[in-house]
Amino acid sequence: MARINPEPKERLLATEGYAELDAYIDGLHLEPEAPRRKDTLIQALHRAQIIFGYLPDEVQLHIANRFYIPHAEVSGVVGFYNFFTTEPKGQYQVSVCMGTACYVLGADKVLQEFERLLGIRSGEISDNGKFSLDSLRCVGACGLAPVVTINDRVYGKVKPDAVEGIVEHYLVEEAQEA
Amino acid sequence: MTKTSVIIDGRAVTVDEGATILEAAKTINVRVPTLCHLHLEDLQMVNQVASCRLCVVEVAGRKPLLPACATPVAEGMEVRTNSKRVLAARRAVLELLLSDHPTDCLICVKSTNCELQKLAHDFAIDRERFRWEVNDYPEDTGSRALKRDPNKCIMCRRCETMCSEIQTVGVLTANGRGFEAIVGPAGMKPVLDTNCTFCGQCVTVCPTGALTGVSYVQDVWEALFDTSKTVVVQVAPAIRAAIGEEFGMAPGTAIPGRLAAGLRRLGFDAVFDTTFGADLTIMEESREIVERLHDQHHLPLLTSCCPGWINFLEFQFPDLRDIASTCKSPQQMVGTIAKTYYAERIGKRAEDIVMVAVMPCLAKKYEAARPEHTDSGVPDVDYVITTRELSKMLKEAGIDLRYIEDESFDNPLGESTGAGVIFGATGGVLEAALRTVYEQVNERELEDVNFTAVRGMQGVKEAEIRLNGKVVRVAAASGLGNARKLLTKIEKGESTYDVIEIMACPGGCINGGGQPYSQERAERIQARIEALYAVDKGQAVRKSHENPSVQRLYEEFLGEPGSEKAHKLLHTVYFRR
Repeated sequence: MARINPEPKERLLATEGYAELDAYIDGLHLEPEAPRRKDTLIQALHRAQIIFGYLPDEVQLHIANRFYIPHAEVSGVVGFYNFFTTEPKGQYQVSVCMGTACYVLGADKVLQEFERLLGIRSGEISDNGKFSLDSLRCVGACGLAPVVTINDRVYGKVKPDAVEGIVEHYLVEEAQEA
Repeated sequence: MTKTSVIIDGRAVTVDEGATILEAAKTINVRVPTLCHLHLEDLQMVNQVASCRLCVVEVAGRKPLLPACATPVAEGMEVRTNSKRVLAARRAVLELLLSDHPTDCLICVKSTNCELQKLAHDFAIDRERFRWEVNDYPEDTGSRALKRDPNKCIMCRRCETMCSEIQTVGVLTANGRGFEAIVGPAGMKPVLDTNCTFCGQCVTVCPTGALTGVSYVQDVWEALFDTSKTVVVQVAPAIRAAIGEEFGMAPGTAIPGRLAAGLRRLGFDAVFDTTFGADLTIMEESREIVERLHDQHHLPLLTSCCPGWINFLEFQFPDLRDIASTCKSPQQMVGTIAKTYYAERIGKRAEDIVMVAVMPCLAKKYEAARPEHTDSGVPDVDYVITTRELSKMLKEAGIDLRYIEDESFDNPLGESTGAGVIFGATGGVLEAALRTVYEQVNERELEDVNFTAVRGMQGVKEAEIRLNGKVVRVAAASGLGNARKLLTKIEKGESTYDVIEIMACPGGCINGGGQPYSQERAERIQARIEALYAVDKGQAVRKSHENPSVQRLYEEFLGEPGSEKAHKLLHTVYFRR
């Protein structure tokens, strides 16, 4: 088999994660020369992001090699979709919807309030790795605008003055777990 | 084939079913402007992303304007290519493309060859209607061969199509989306960190200055004016068949004599010919071929003249490294011999000689910079400049190749044969090798030196010759996609060839990444190929082993082909990249 991609410069993520990802990809039964082998690339990337939390070069290269495609193709897909991230996310991933409905109801001010309270800009992660903050486009819950999601939880009709309470909730939860 | 009739600007046109509006318009000489669109018929490459929208036209009964390059004609379709609405839309599209494009045309290396610049000129754009943000990505010159200026990328994706579909290297992709979107390597990494082969075919299709070569013109000027150095130059075969184009000569005008004269006027102390190195390559390679055929091991032998191809081999098929010929490329052979044998003859040390190579190629720049190419004790080749760079140096110095008398190359490294000259075209290395191997093995003169079966633009060509009564099967491939097909067969044990020549660029060096730019690409490539074969035909000596200077080099210095000294100086090793 031709070697398609360079080796990753570093491989830091846990081998258990790769084992889980490989088991998933094995189930896709990819053939090196099958023209439709790329059809399931997005699912595999999705799965990888669930496992690792993000898609750094080493994961992209691993997937590219398993799909027998150049790294550039994987990178192009990862870069195209906002959902995919190449940077690690916080334990609590705060996403503020900036879709039209949320935006006209003041989502930008909600985002600003998160930025002020967490001390990070949108797209960044807090120093302790607890919180990361992002904006996204329309989660399909416009009736609840403005919408904020934190991990799997959805907050509706969020006003800027409610932000402090939300952040506190996670800090308390964190303290209780510790 | 079923025909479709349409009306374009009031004129009836009948074309093949499935043809695009653009193709239909072309048949009646209606020029619809295009930018991202590229159709290279000789390579069967079509870039039809319809991303630039410059070719929009109005179709009766369809509300939106449609891209002519990607809209197939339909029976009875009525098309307007220059209505008020169409022209206004095209102008707005162009102005938006220009709104974030650098306006440094005066100091852009692509100036006068830039398709975006030409469109702005044709549209009489005389102001910046929109000017907002501009991208500010750093230039990537770290490979010493390929230069990327991402800020000049207009997202046409021609380079990506070339790299992925024709060359099957797949380095380039669209990064990001929307305004920030830029074509580049995965994650915008430097090309040096990717599997780029530096073949430079992306450069030949880039419409702007986003992809060009790293220039060494200033270094060469400095060397030329440094009186403490002996500055020698070698020119590859493909240069003589193309550089005339830069001076307004008809494509396919081969001017070796004028080229030698022009280089001498520039101030080079000696003007050598890479074809000498080509003959030397054949001496070494034909010995390898004969040995391997005799022992039936390490077959098929893969030629090693093309550095883009070698990069591809080292990266993609590292396990097949040992079947590649160990011969250095002609460029590196001339470099090494100039800094050893020639240096001795003129009483200089290797470090006092500056070797400049003029190449049709960007990968040659990378090759010259490889650390193993220092058998003379210093880099065997100091600077590689392209055909384009040399033409600019000549113009800067006021040397017009149209008005200059022929001169000859300097001996001993300037003596060439027809065999060396055809190295510049696909199939040429193989043909040159066959001319020598045939006579060495069969010990009789070859009646017809022309192996026409291995000539021409076809992706893979094959031939058979009889050596000592045994049939030997050979093939020549150009374009890395074609190389991949052959290598995959070798890996699977399905290849029946004994010798395979591979050149990374479709058509060979005459279509290299350093050659003059051209919009009429296919015709030019054909004309350049024919020019090389015409030079070969007109040459008194057409076989490498009959080159008197090469024979003398072996007598006086190297011993015989494959000797220990020849191995030390003329052979190399390959790495897993």
